[in-house]
This record gives sequence, C-alpha cells and structure tokens, in this order.
Amino acid sequence: MAGIRVEGFEEENVILDELVRRAPEWLRGVGPESDIVVSTRVRLARNLAEFPFIRRCNEADRTAIEKTVRDRIREIAAWTDLLYLDLISLSPIDRQFLVERQLISREIADATGARAVAIEPQETFSVMINEEDHLRIQVMHSGLDLNAAWAQINGIDDLLEERLNFAFHERFGYLTACPTNVGTGLRVSVMLHLPALVITHQIEKVFRGLQKISLAVRGLYGEGSQAMGDFYQISNQITLGRSESQLLEEVGDVVPAIIDYERKAREFLLKESPKDLHDRVSRASGILRTAQTISSEETMLLLSSVRMGVNLGLLKDLPIATINQLFIHTQPGHLQKLCSSELDTSERNVERARYLQEHLRNDSEPPRT
Amino acid sequence: MKCQHCEKPATFHITELTGPEPVEYHLCEDHATKYLHASENAEVPSPTLAGVLAKQLKIGQTAEELARLDKKACPICGITFYEFRHQGRLGCPHDYVCFEQELEPLLVSIHGEKRHVGKQPLVGQQNTADQTELIRLRREMQDAVDREDYEKASQLRDRIRQAEQKQKRGGAA
Repeated sequence: MAGIRVEGFEEENVILDELVRRAPEWLRGVGPESDIVVSTRVRLARNLAEFPFIRRCNEADRTAIEKTVRDRIREIAAWTDLLYLDLISLSPIDRQFLVERQLISREIADATGARAVAIEPQETFSVMINEEDHLRIQVMHSGLDLNAAWAQINGIDDLLEERLNFAFHERFGYLTACPTNVGTGLRVSVMLHLPALVITHQIEKVFRGLQKISLAVRGLYGEGSQAMGDFYQISNQITLGRSESQLLEEVGDVVPAIIDYERKAREFLLKESPKDLHDRVSRASGILRTAQTISSEETMLLLSSVRMGVNLGLLKDLPIATINQLFIHTQPGHLQKLCSSELDTSERNVERARYLQEHLRNDSEPPRT
Repeated sequence: MKCQHCEKPATFHITELTGPEPVEYHLCEDHATKYLHASENAEVPSPTLAGVLAKQLKIGQTAEELARLDKKACPICGITFYEFRHQGRLGCPHDYVCFEQELEPLLVSIHGEKRHVGKQPLVGQQNTADQTELIRLRREMQDAVDREDYEKASQLRDRIRQAEQKQKRGGAA
C-alpha cells in the first residue's frame, strides 16, 4: 500500500524531519506545578460499530476502517493542518521516534497491517487508528492541566462522533475490545518527576497507597515499562460507572499530595544532607557534559538529578526546557533522526555524548525549536 | 520500650498511614530494616483482566458448565467465549450483548460497577444491532468466497452495499 501523502508536504520524511527538531507543546516545562508535573495526558478509546474489534479484523476490515476514519478526518475543516501518517510506510526508526515522542503507542508501532496516526502540528493531540481499539484519541498538555485537556479531547470526540458511528451500549457505554476500558473509554494520566522520593526510598509507599484507591502507576513509556529517569505516570484504572469528571477528579485529587511528598523529600535532602545532594547533582552534570560515550539509561538517570538540581536552584545556568527536551532527544529514535543516519548501540552512545556536550555547554541555548 | 519482636530496645517508631487506620510499630534496628525492606518489596496486585477472569470462572462453575460456556459463540463475529477467555479481547461490539450474563460479573470485579454514567453520544445513535449486522454479513461473504460459492458471495455483497448506504444516510451528519 502506498504511503498517504499529506497535502502541502512532499514526503512523510520531510514532515518527520521537521517534527523531530521541534519541541512538543507538552514538553515546554510550563503550566502549574511543572517542576514536578511534567505533563497531563487524557485518552479516549472508541470503536466503529460496523466493524469487528481489531484482533478479530481481517486485512480488508483494517484497511476499510483506516480509510473510513481518514476520509472523515479530512472532512473536518478545523483539522486541515493535521499530519496524517500511514504507519506501514514508515521505517522502524520513524516509528520508534513517534513512540518516544508519545504520539503513538509501542503496540501500534510493532503491529502489522493497515494503521495510521493523525497528529496536530503542535502535538497537543493525536488520533491512532487501528490500535487495540479502532480509535485511540489522546491529548497532551504541559504541567498539571486536567480540565483543559478534558475540554479539548471532548471537543475532538464530538467532531469525530458527528461523522462516525461509535459502538455504544446504553448500559455499558462506549464499547471497547478490552472490558477494562469500557464505559467512558477514558484514561487520565499525569506524568510526575519524583527523584527525591526515589532517593529517600519513599516511592513504593506512595504507590501502594495509590493502588489501594484503584489508581495505576507506570513508568515513562506506559504499559509494563520500567520507570526511566524517575518519571512516573499516575492514571485511573476504572472506566465504568463513574463520569468523566469524577475520573478526572480522582486523579487530580491525589496529585497535590504526591507533589507535597516530593517537595518535602527534597526539603529533607536539602536540610539533612545538602552536600550529598549538591554532589549528586554536580557529578551528574559533570558526567553529562564530559562523557565521550553514554547509554540511554545512564543519561536518563543523570538528567533526572540535573533536572532536580535546576528546580532546586543548585544548577543555575540551565533552562528546564533544555533538560526536558534532552530526555527525549537522547532516546535512540530521536538521536538517529537528528543526525540523519542509522546508528548501532555503540555509535549511538558516542553520538549521545556528543549531543549532550553540545547542548549542555554553559552558554547553550535550548535545543533548536 | 522494647522491640515488638525481640528483647532489644525499640529505636524505630513507625506510624503506617496507608491503611484505613494509622498503625504504630515499635521496632529495634534489625526488625525495622526487615519491616521496611519487606514493605518495599510487597506487591499489591492490581486487578488484571486475566486475574479477574480466572477468579470469576473458578467460582460457581463446574467443569461441565465451563466447557459449555466456552463453546458459546457470538452470532455476529463468531468469537467463542473460550477465545475471549484466552486472548482477553472481545471480538465485536455485539459480544457485550451476547455474553452479557458472563461479562456483567466480570465488569463488576474490574470496575466495581456495571452501568455507564458518563458521556452520551451527541446524535441519536442507530440501533447497535443494525450496525453490527454489517460485521455478520461481511463474515458470511468471506466464508462464501472461501467456499467458492460466488453466487452467495455476490448476493451478500449487494446486501452489504445496501446496509453501508443506509448507514451513511442514517449515521453521518
């Protein structure tokens, strides 16, 4: 199947090359509590009533779903600047890049058959087509911004619902392939940076408390992933029997308490072992500025300390937006796209070290946007 | 004060706030280390679909009943309850109607509720049965093609086209 060309662009490659150099809106490090709350994400799962769920689809069904949704999306006047990417025609590096950017899931990246993603140019929302459900709509905002994120996704859902027959049951609500998503189909996630709770060994305690109230905790890249760089996503598990505003509230209600724990843990470290803390932050910054070869894991770990150091005023010459961007620009897909070549692991480690040096120089500007 | 678990003096006084009531522990250094270490590693399993399914099917069902239930299939998409149980994913929207009895207790285990109270579709939704009927027709057409019964396949194709036209007129604004 030929790649779907987007009006106004020659090639999907051109679009992605442009995208990789830009900063997504949600990583700008602005918004309420953005020193601890990195971003807010909401997603809705929707299915077309006239097709089987994805696992039961044959290729003709998948192609028909993709085409139906694509055609309807193109009718929406407010969405003419959307980037529509056919995921079959993208290279593995490009798909990896989109996963790192949180625009698509690992699951849809690794799947086979007709599947696509529509991306708003500022990256505040994306619509995955033929993921586990026919549509997975997601909105991402910087900082803690639950109500605005919901308002936006609700509007997107309305626009799509005017044009598509979503499977809906009067008692069970929006129908999904997995019964764990049925009802609202809503997942509300807040991504938090919690290095001090990790250092003080308090993090497990916080998580056990959250699980007792039916909230899930995951690492940076969603389902089943390890927490990288001390980033944790907190999200609702229940989707049925509560309204969308109740679900938003349930996640929103616990966030201030976790922010408070993290701040107290930071204060505790500053008070009880200021030298150790300063040392950790300075060493992290030193290694990142001088290493000649460095893995992705080590980079995340050290950037986490540097990020906390900047937020605590221990490092003064670095804008938080630079650090936020380095977290994803040093991921394998981004790195290879930024230097426009395929690199193996050891080549990537060298390129990553070079990239870090270049962007962490004292006089450096934030990565080019 | 002595440690709650041995004769050594209690040097750690821990107040656990994660339960419904605060609980106090008075422990020596060794036992405090053990306690803190154990609670760090303790996993509180969150309800997974597989876990809930396994638990639900163990309760109140004999092997015979389970075998009968496993053979039950959706008339629209053809998925059997056995396939759902093993894959953890449903086959089509109609499964929520045809496996309603089996799914309801499952939904209660996962969500604690069985009734949607959130957003309602904007436009008057068509009857779900009308919409899912297309899934059955397409499946039957594929079967006819596989059997090389092209006459049947062509009849079904016409019916699918009619149904699709009807959907376009009725559904999309």
